[in-house]
Amino acid sequence: MTTTATRPGVGPSGPDRPRAAITAKTLRTDRWWLAPLITFVGLGAWVAYATVRVFMHKWYFVEAYHYLTPFYSPCLTDRCVEGSALFGTPLPSFWLLPEAAFTLPFLLLFRLTCYYYRKAYYRAFWLSPPACAVPDGHEKYTGETRFPLIFQNAHRYAFYAAVIISLINTYDAIIAFRSGDSFGFGLGNIILVGNVVMLWLYTLSCHSCRHIAGGRLKHFSKHPVRYRVWTFVSKLNVRHMQLAWITLGTLALTDFYVMAVSAGWFSDLRFVG
Amino acid sequence: MGTKRHFRVWRGDSAGGDIQDFDVEVNDGEVVLDIIHRLQATQTPDLACRWNCKAGKCGSCSMEINGKPRLGCMTRMSTFEEDETVTITPLRTFPVIRDLVTDVSFNYDKARETPAFAPPPGVAPGDYRMQQIDVERSQEFRKCIECFLCQNTCHVVRDHEDNKAAFSGPRSFIRAAELDMHPLDDREDRKEYAQAHQGMGLCNITKCCTEVCPEHIKITDNAIIPMKERVVDRRYDPLVWLGRKIFRRDQLNGSDGESMAPSTSVGVTDVAKGAPYTTNRLPENPPVREDGRMDVTEVTLPNPGGPSPFGDQTFPLPPDKVSYQQPGPRHGSLGEDGNRSEDGHHQTH
Repeated sequence: MTTTATRPGVGPSGPDRPRAAITAKTLRTDRWWLAPLITFVGLGAWVAYATVRVFMHKWYFVEAYHYLTPFYSPCLTDRCVEGSALFGTPLPSFWLLPEAAFTLPFLLLFRLTCYYYRKAYYRAFWLSPPACAVPDGHEKYTGETRFPLIFQNAHRYAFYAAVIISLINTYDAIIAFRSGDSFGFGLGNIILVGNVVMLWLYTLSCHSCRHIAGGRLKHFSKHPVRYRVWTFVSKLNVRHMQLAWITLGTLALTDFYVMAVSAGWFSDLRFVG
Repeated sequence: MGTKRHFRVWRGDSAGGDIQDFDVEVNDGEVVLDIIHRLQATQTPDLACRWNCKAGKCGSCSMEINGKPRLGCMTRMSTFEEDETVTITPLRTFPVIRDLVTDVSFNYDKARETPAFAPPPGVAPGDYRMQQIDVERSQEFRKCIECFLCQNTCHVVRDHEDNKAAFSGPRSFIRAAELDMHPLDDREDRKEYAQAHQGMGLCNITKCCTEVCPEHIKITDNAIIPMKERVVDRRYDPLVWLGRKIFRRDQLNGSDGESMAPSTSVGVTDVAKGAPYTTNRLPENPPVREDGRMDVTEVTLPNPGGPSPFGDQTFPLPPDKVSYQQPGPRHGSLGEDGNRSEDGHHQTH
């Protein structure tokens, strides 16, 4: 005779049958809090540094070698040092107005809506969730379905802007190969070029870029060139997180180097000129 | 030689339960599921645990080991320290049945709600031809073993029970992406569906689904984000809109020859006949029992598989009730002279 076990807890109950009664909020024993903590400290420190620098309004340009920090590019206000303003100075000098008032908001938007940074700050700052299988820090959750987070979908606008800004940064890095009026080349150039290369890699590894390059196609076989581009961007895209952090580093380093040379804390190491 | 190690296992059912302590022998090369089996053999013969293949391919033995959603059969004991206590609990997101067994029917409900593959018009089954580079993206998602670790770890439903109705979860998103990227799938509204009916907007891409996936499917990067971008294509992107206006191209709507030519076979109707796809028919709910719940297995259902396009019917339908004309044998795949008809839209190797 077959005996059938009575299945406890399975009755004519509705959809709100209980989950397993486990009191501990999380049973994770590893250091799950370390990654969000590092992200919190790292992003927090960078934002603090960038904010101070943007509103410092000085030490952003080395006239002798044409080094312009990316935080002030393109320089658009009346107080821009001679030679640093490549696109004229249409903006007034007001201390709340950054020199690069037309580009910084878009760069901020690009990073804020970036699929990697979203993960990073949702976890580290908003605790939603702080780590996998660790409870959300909030009672209610609506995701990115309504204002203001629905504007995360504007990442692609910000990507287009970031491409234009990367072009400007590239131009800045190229015209910095000067010493007075002749060709010159120093450590600052290596830093500027390195920063621009990493910025391009970060910008091109963007998930939106991957989608535009070919991800949106249904038939790769009909678009071999776009498939190649998509493959290339996909390879970069795997490193999007690393590139996000590397560019934060190169941006801060470039800015600090220009600031230090501009302020005269140390002089640029010149190879030519 | 084995050593005694300390384990804590949640035991109970929907009425309640607690974590109980056990000392169990552990041998070289064993996995957590082996320990569960040893517990059943030596100390707790009634410990409930769902398992099947012990090879990480059936997706049955999903559990939480030291708080992390894992497969019991793929978690080696050698990854723990000798003196480390191992805590084993059932999946938290789903209702518990007993001990380590949970009722994962939420996931099956969501799977049934997802529209199935829409066959390309005019191509008979067996005549499907696809190029490898066209299907490789979809193939990644076919690796899914439906262990539902991603569904379990996703905080959208794990921490917010009230989102369960609106949110289908990562497993359903990769299914939607798989079909949307499928070169022969004929539906065009999967992006809208993912946004409107699957709750894709609730996902905030914190990537826990990718972290726990035992098949290492890049759920977030390769499925959810591309699907979010496809939604953006449709709804938010200015340049795509401009490009479509200027170049009169509408790749997204499939009107530039991406789809197959309409079928000329006798008996073919609707989309296969070339009629535009409509979304008039809302997704149909799966068949339910009298108590309003779904059966544990679809084998016992009168119409297994996805919801029938003919409604709740008993099959086979009487011939005078069917809404289509039954094609003759091999009709449509061969022409009158016996040669395969070339419509110029086949993708052949």
